[in-house]
Amino acid sequence: MKLTRRDALLLTAGAAITASLPLPALAATPEDIDADIAAFTGGADVKEGGVEITAPEIAENGNTVPVEVSAPGATSILLLAAGNPNPGVATFNFGPLSAASEAKTRIRLAGTQDLIAVAKMADGSFAMSKRSVKVTIGGCGG
Amino acid sequence: MRQLFAIAAAAGFIAASAQAGPGPDEDQLEIDGLKIVTEVKAPDDHPLDVIYSGWRFRTDETQSLQMDDFENPAMVAVEYGIELWDTPAGTSNKSCADCHGDVEDMAGLKAITPKWDEAAGAPLTLEDLVNRSIKEHQGGEGWKWESAEMLAMTALIGMQSRGMPVNVQSDGPMADWVEKGKDLYYTRVGQLDMSCANCHEDNNGQYIRADHLSQGNTNGFPTYRFKWQGLGSLHRRFSGCMKNIRAQPFKRGSDEFTALEIYLATRGAGLGVESPSVRN
Amino acid sequence: MAKVKPRVKVPKKAEVGEVITIKTLISHPMESGQRKDKKTGDLIPRKIINKFVASFEGQEVVNVDVDPAVSANPYFQFDMKFPGAGTMKFEWTDDDGSVYTAEKKIKVG
Repeated sequence: MKLTRRDALLLTAGAAITASLPLPALAATPEDIDADIAAFTGGADVKEGGVEITAPEIAENGNTVPVEVSAPGATSILLLAAGNPNPGVATFNFGPLSAASEAKTRIRLAGTQDLIAVAKMADGSFAMSKRSVKVTIGGCGG
Repeated sequence: MRQLFAIAAAAGFIAASAQAGPGPDEDQLEIDGLKIVTEVKAPDDHPLDVIYSGWRFRTDETQSLQMDDFENPAMVAVEYGIELWDTPAGTSNKSCADCHGDVEDMAGLKAITPKWDEAAGAPLTLEDLVNRSIKEHQGGEGWKWESAEMLAMTALIGMQSRGMPVNVQSDGPMADWVEKGKDLYYTRVGQLDMSCANCHEDNNGQYIRADHLSQGNTNGFPTYRFKWQGLGSLHRRFSGCMKNIRAQPFKRGSDEFTALEIYLATRGAGLGVESPSVRN
Repeated sequence: MAKVKPRVKVPKKAEVGEVITIKTLISHPMESGQRKDKKTGDLIPRKIINKFVASFEGQEVVNVDVDPAVSANPYFQFDMKFPGAGTMKFEWTDDDGSVYTAEKKIKVG
């Protein structure tokens, strides 16, 4: 049996010591996310799908989560972490010698959340995909 | 989040979770063609049936970072170690290389440390050996246990033994130290009243909340931990474990931690050295 | 880490037109500006690599705007279509204005 966050919270609620729990950093609001996307697209329409985000379904530690973004034909890709205090992660701009519009990096995630990738295609259109990553909070390892 | 764990553990949740669960996985560790033993059938008098490296308890993503020396983020430290190895220092203005030659000649050392030292009348860890050499031969001050320099050097020297079986002496003058380490391993301490064995012997393979408990083997240190966002020593890990159970940790380099290091090395004998490994 | 050190992995040689994978890593704490000093309680000022650029013979391959959410010891991997012998240049820009660089030659073969 896994001890879930809910179990732990239920357990602590009775003990009336929840006040001592550390508050998680405030996550970005949907407005923050929309603003970041709008800054990237200039307010243009964004088509759903077409960007591939490769990331673990469950990350063992939020400090180092391997992520790959790929959008064939894109000139740049904006990567956002919707649940971080600041959603911006990176913007990859692909130059003339780039072979495939894809890049791999390692990122920090403040908790379980959605990754959002927005690609600017060569024809000026935009595409967007989302992917959820669960971040485990370990007893000792995390 | 540590608070949550502490509360849950205190409430006996670890005991409650001690049911059949996912143990180590079946993956095999190979780094650039070098196969490393991560599984050893335990001898008859061993408390476990099979000894597994901590690598086997990690997710595929974490595992893969150790399977390629470029992907392994500890390798920047190893490169720094090479620089230190070749740089003259101290009043003698000699480098490690001036006396020891190629660092590859250090192959095998990590697998047998801590090792008994007749002159000191005590076992010496790899960190002790490095500092003794700096003080006696270079005329230097020695490095702090958890300094970037010490971690880089122990990672570099440790790496030369990669794949060799852990084989620390347990008889003769080392027997007392093994016993002392074993006592520490089984002694419940801290506000949570837990011993090393409660997690790593009784419940390895289980989850503490979402963390997959390993057997607590030491063959990969120094280790690059995501949590630390850097390299850290085995004694730092001990210290973290003790804090988790609300105990006052011993000091790095203390006799207690050295004894525990020796006991754990004998307990994990036969596993391949993985230094510098990658963990969560 | 005591020092900021870049590491790059590129093939020594490639066929013209071949797609090659480039891996880069630089030792850097990527201090996010969100962490507090445990002793004083003060926020530790942000200090990150905010830009990474890889180019080959003056032509850009990738140019990355980096935010604090990229992990300590930033790692970037990408592909390049090899145009012919030349030198690959890598540049990491720090918040403090420092620029760390690395270079690798790639031959045809």
